[in-house]
Amino acid sequence: MQTLTPVETAVHPPVAGAAAPVLPALRWDPRLYQIATLSGLLGYGVFWLDLEVQTRTAVAIIVTALVTQLVCTRLTGRGRFDPRSALISALSLCLLLRTGSLGLAMLTAAVAIASKFTLRVRDKHVFNPTNFALVAMMLATGSVWVSPGQWGSGLVFAFLLASAGGLVVNRAARADVTLAFLASWASLLVARSLWLGEPLAIPLHRLENGALVLFAFFMISDPRTTPDSRAGRLLFAALVALAAYAVQFTLFRTNGLLWSLAVCSLIVPLIDWLLPGRRYQWRSSP
Amino acid sequence: MKHVTALVAALLVVALAAPTVLAFCGFYVARADAKLFNQASQVVLVRHDDKTVLTMANDFKGDLKEFAIVVPVPTVLEKGQVRVSDRALVEHLDAYSAPRLVEYFDDDPCSPRYPAALQAPMGMATARRDMAVDRANSLGVTIEARYTVGEYDILILSARESGGLETWLRDNGYRLPAGASPILGSYLKQGMKFFVARVNLKEQSRLGFTYLRPLQMAFESPKFMLPIRLGTLNADGAQELFVYALTRKGRVETTNYRTVRLPTGMELPVYVKEEFPQFYRAMFSQQVEREDMRAVFLEYAWDMAWCDPCAAQPLSVEELRKLGVFWLDEGGAGVRMGRRTAGGPVDVFMTRLHVRYDASHFPEDLVFQETADRANFQGRYVLRHPWKGEARCAAAQRYREALRARAEQEAGALASLTGWPIEEIRRKAGVIPGGENNGRRWWERLYGE
Repeated sequence: MQTLTPVETAVHPPVAGAAAPVLPALRWDPRLYQIATLSGLLGYGVFWLDLEVQTRTAVAIIVTALVTQLVCTRLTGRGRFDPRSALISALSLCLLLRTGSLGLAMLTAAVAIASKFTLRVRDKHVFNPTNFALVAMMLATGSVWVSPGQWGSGLVFAFLLASAGGLVVNRAARADVTLAFLASWASLLVARSLWLGEPLAIPLHRLENGALVLFAFFMISDPRTTPDSRAGRLLFAALVALAAYAVQFTLFRTNGLLWSLAVCSLIVPLIDWLLPGRRYQWRSSP
Repeated sequence: MKHVTALVAALLVVALAAPTVLAFCGFYVARADAKLFNQASQVVLVRHDDKTVLTMANDFKGDLKEFAIVVPVPTVLEKGQVRVSDRALVEHLDAYSAPRLVEYFDDDPCSPRYPAALQAPMGMATARRDMAVDRANSLGVTIEARYTVGEYDILILSARESGGLETWLRDNGYRLPAGASPILGSYLKQGMKFFVARVNLKEQSRLGFTYLRPLQMAFESPKFMLPIRLGTLNADGAQELFVYALTRKGRVETTNYRTVRLPTGMELPVYVKEEFPQFYRAMFSQQVEREDMRAVFLEYAWDMAWCDPCAAQPLSVEELRKLGVFWLDEGGAGVRMGRRTAGGPVDVFMTRLHVRYDASHFPEDLVFQETADRANFQGRYVLRHPWKGEARCAAAQRYREALRARAEQEAGALASLTGWPIEEIRRKAGVIPGGENNGRRWWERLYGE
């Protein structure tokens, strides 16, 4: 009953008249947008918001991710070395991961990339690599953390980030999961405040969070880990929002979104089995 | 290198307190329409493994009869969980973590040598009264606990709905600020209880304290937060809150607001020594403005075992235990390597956060997390005294030129930090604005005269 085999090789219709086979690297690979956007965000975070990202750590994370990607590609014999996805994971880690130890930063990057090659069900990643590495390292070491408040709540920033991210996910054909998640999350926050009789400034403040936008546009939308069918993705988005709500408002723990995504990723194979769809694939990459 | 510090925490707090009306997580309510002032609040937040010990110090200056504080708490607190603490402990923490001035004295440019320096200290406190009950049940209000601790009469209230609670509080002589009801309701629905304290005047006079001692409560809850919403109701303008977090692992930060480091390490004109409290206040205001009043400021993050330079000695094991640091065993604290300046214990990391907030910029309560970050941070400002002695060598001439440039730089730094007009700074610092020529004409520079 699996109808997973057909692979979408072209994410987006090739640009009109583009000589696709001649210049494959210049076709609209959404990952190039992601890399550009994440790099821009990193620059913004470092130079404007003064996020505690050290250049040394960022370089170490990126190099480790690329080396791990290379080694894993060779070891598994899975196609050619493609730095794009690894770079995206590395940049996301630079934005989110905080630790006082360079070694732990590098280990996190290695865990992220290695998870893509090892944690697979029916040839599909179980976890978004960045999400998995952050959660695993937080659990295992207690010496890495994520600072969800450090992106601030500037509306302008959220707006810019959303537009940039929107571009990315539209290219990646996974805008549905982002939008469904944001809608579910916003509904939950607003409903909670209405129930508690709080002013709407409270849910708005929670929604104006840069880390939330980063999560919605760059992590949950990962086409390699979300369910294959649209119905599955909508269900998945709602589940992630619900579980994150539970972590944040009933367990009172930080980073509910990250924990929730990691847990919900475990049931993606089940969703895919219940609601099968066409498998997504970047061009030539594990 | 030898240097001594100049610490001015006391002045800071006093100075900060004066013009602004300040509140803590709770609000003050009066029995009559007495004017209430609610000064800078200080909170010591000891936290480990979901166990919290919260010490609240308020600089209440009004009639003790008028004092009452209402604080949402996550659990019902039994008598044994509430204590009266010592104000001096909070003052010591404040002094230890306050932004500091460091002084250096330039060497004789003709015979290089090394500097020396100096120091100073700081301050803070609180008060209130009693009441009757009944009618509670009919209003859906439950008095979960009721006891007297030190000079305070304490009630722990729960309620079915905010209207009943509000009526009950009013009936019992508490004057609630406008807008309290929906906020009370929100906390009730979140399952929180209300800690209500008033001064028992009889106990107060028997004990003989002329000020209100801080209240301390110990409870266990996964909620690592401070309820600030009620505090925005009862005063004009923004509120000022200092949070001194004592944890085991590392620095504490807010998860729903940005935590921003206070600018530090700048060299400032020497005259700032006389105006350090004003400087600190102006600088803080300027930073608040720069962040659009949407940030919490980190002013200090340090292992409690030591300090460098020390604004005040680290707290002793005994003091820390009194503040609620429950994981320090008797004599169990070891000594850590490094520049340990006093008999301070280890295994306690201190974070000092300072926030100016109001309802529009801080709509929700402060939520914290403890990070694994043990990097040291302090607000530290440097004064460098020029060499005043005689100096007649070639190096002295270069030194004096450098001095002019340095003075201009220091004035610029001060202006940028505080927003004070540069002309006034230059005047006070005695800087002759010479621009890049340092006041010398081109041929003087050419011929070195």
